[in-house]
Amino acid sequence: MLEADNLECVRGERRLFAGLGFKLEAGELLYLQGRNGAGKTSLLRMIIGLLPPETGEIRWKGQPIRRNGDDFRADLCYLGHLNAIKEELTPLENLLASAHLADEDLSEDDALDALEQVGLAGREDLACKYLSQGQKRRVALARLIKERRPLWVLDEPFVALDVAAVDWLAGIISGHLQRGGLAVMTTHQLVAIPAGTVRELRLS
Amino acid sequence: MFKIIFAVIGRDLKLAMRRQADIVSALFFFVIVVSLFPLGIGPEPDLLRKLAPGVLWVAALLATMLSLPRLFADDHRDGTLEQLALAPHPLGLVVTGKVIAHWLVSGLPLALIAPVLGIQFDLSSDALLVLTGAILLGTPALSGIGAIGAALTLGLRGGGVLLSLLVLPLYIPVLIFGAGAVDATVSGLGGEGHLSLLAAMTFASLGFAPWASAAALKIALE
Amino acid sequence: MNDRFNLYRFASPATFYPLAGTLIPYFWALSAVFGLAGLYIGMLVAPTDFQQGEGYRIIFIHVPASWLSMFIYLVMAFWAAIGLAFNTRLSGMMAQALAPTGALMAFLSLWTGALWGKPMWGAWWVWDARLTSELILLFLYIGYMALTAAIDDPRRADKAGGLLLLVGVVNIPIIYFSVKWWNTLHQGSSVNLTKSSMATTMLYGMLLMAMCFWMYSIAVALMRARTIMLERERNTDWVKAELAGDVQ
Repeated sequence: MLEADNLECVRGERRLFAGLGFKLEAGELLYLQGRNGAGKTSLLRMIIGLLPPETGEIRWKGQPIRRNGDDFRADLCYLGHLNAIKEELTPLENLLASAHLADEDLSEDDALDALEQVGLAGREDLACKYLSQGQKRRVALARLIKERRPLWVLDEPFVALDVAAVDWLAGIISGHLQRGGLAVMTTHQLVAIPAGTVRELRLS
Repeated sequence: MFKIIFAVIGRDLKLAMRRQADIVSALFFFVIVVSLFPLGIGPEPDLLRKLAPGVLWVAALLATMLSLPRLFADDHRDGTLEQLALAPHPLGLVVTGKVIAHWLVSGLPLALIAPVLGIQFDLSSDALLVLTGAILLGTPALSGIGAIGAALTLGLRGGGVLLSLLVLPLYIPVLIFGAGAVDATVSGLGGEGHLSLLAAMTFASLGFAPWASAAALKIALE
Repeated sequence: MNDRFNLYRFASPATFYPLAGTLIPYFWALSAVFGLAGLYIGMLVAPTDFQQGEGYRIIFIHVPASWLSMFIYLVMAFWAAIGLAFNTRLSGMMAQALAPTGALMAFLSLWTGALWGKPMWGAWWVWDARLTSELILLFLYIGYMALTAAIDDPRRADKAGGLLLLVGVVNIPIIYFSVKWWNTLHQGSSVNLTKSSMATTMLYGMLLMAMCFWMYSIAVALMRARTIMLERERNTDWVKAELAGDVQ
């Protein structure tokens, strides 16, 4: 469903990679690995469509993502280094707002349930600026619990999580893959995710 | 199409309501700058009356420029701008919503306060009416054109000053016709010509600026 | 088919660099020839003006500079459009190479205009439509140069600068038509393609000076473009060979 063809990346004046391609089908997980600066984040940004590749193209369900971007983005959920939450809003408001923006139906009950699962029960009406860094990260991760879009692109999702949280998140991703979703992930920690096929792409 | 625009306006307005300090300080800046001029120039009513349109317009430009960096920079810093760019809607529509919200929160208050300040300059009621109308009509163009500058300078060092350098030349036509409308009214020629050109500029910039800003944002987000 | 292949070859800096190097002296030569001819006509041959005396001769600098300031901006906007549409490297370099010369022409136009205006209208500066839009043009040039200088990544600088140029391009027709739209102090356009209301010699003088400035602009822009190419492509083999060759 997700295909990359002959991708080339030039950043600043350096060519990071060329001739790169891969195929990812439903239920599969793609691990992007490589040293820092090898181009993992650039490749991720190409996949989500924010960075146009120098040459080559990315296709989702057979269509180049450049052509029907809106349809592609309707199927895409991206979680990066930044939490993408507004500090002035409460966790509940943040979850509802991001679902609303993505044209997803998220009931308030579902949002509260998600927040409870990440351990923020009782804090859902506190403006996020009063939460700790770890709690803010959990608000960002809570989005994934009720997330129904098929393609997940995650940039180092396990960073700064304790062991229990890592297991929990691995479970969420695994559930997504079992439902037929796809995931592309960069991570420095190789985490075992019970899933169908796991592909690895190493950038050097 | 309108659904996403209203959604973005609602979101930005809610955020603005929780950060009222920013809006109020831009408004106070406007009031202080305008009030400085009579102190610097002297209290002679004829002179003040002649200078009033220009002074009020320049102060409105500067106050708008103070609030422009906020348009995209906050969202960029916490990652929500990326999410907006990844929404299943054209980024131009999202920017349209942000520009309208920006005007509601910066341009509209300026237009409402301007007649009160105009009294300090002994403007006639006709002139005050035209002044308010001109600022109401012209500030959306300022928000639109300013959005292009804010998008082009997103994340750059020296951002605020560079933003002013880029945006002020493009503001000059709005300034000329906005102040000119009041001058024309005062001198008896009638400000309709100026006001219609101002309206044309606002419509043109609201139609065109969000798409130019969206293109600039995509360049900045690469 | 062959034409297209050739054009794409020259879109590569490695091919364009030596080509530009060969052409530059010719453009300097042309500029000198046109300049001498133009100044000869402007200073010596053209008759003393009935109303304005000798001082009017500054028109032979002022009008060509104004034309060039607008023309260069349009060329830059053209390169910007090409660069944004086809993602070519060379177009961004050409636009950045042209910018300082365009700014110079705009500044020259405003300054010679002031020198002409003082004896003519009694004022160094007048806020009429054409002067104001020429001033805006100078600000646009400076803004473009400031923006591209502030962005570290050359590709982002090219694209952002290009977008700025395209947004500001609406200013050019405003300058050109402002004299028609607003009956203000600046004299009406006296040079158009079909008929001219000034003496033919004056017209030839201005056209020759315009050619002189145009050749100069091309020469200087090519020189600047070569420097930009060396700087941006310094990690490539052809630049390393080029610099090694110079040292020897």
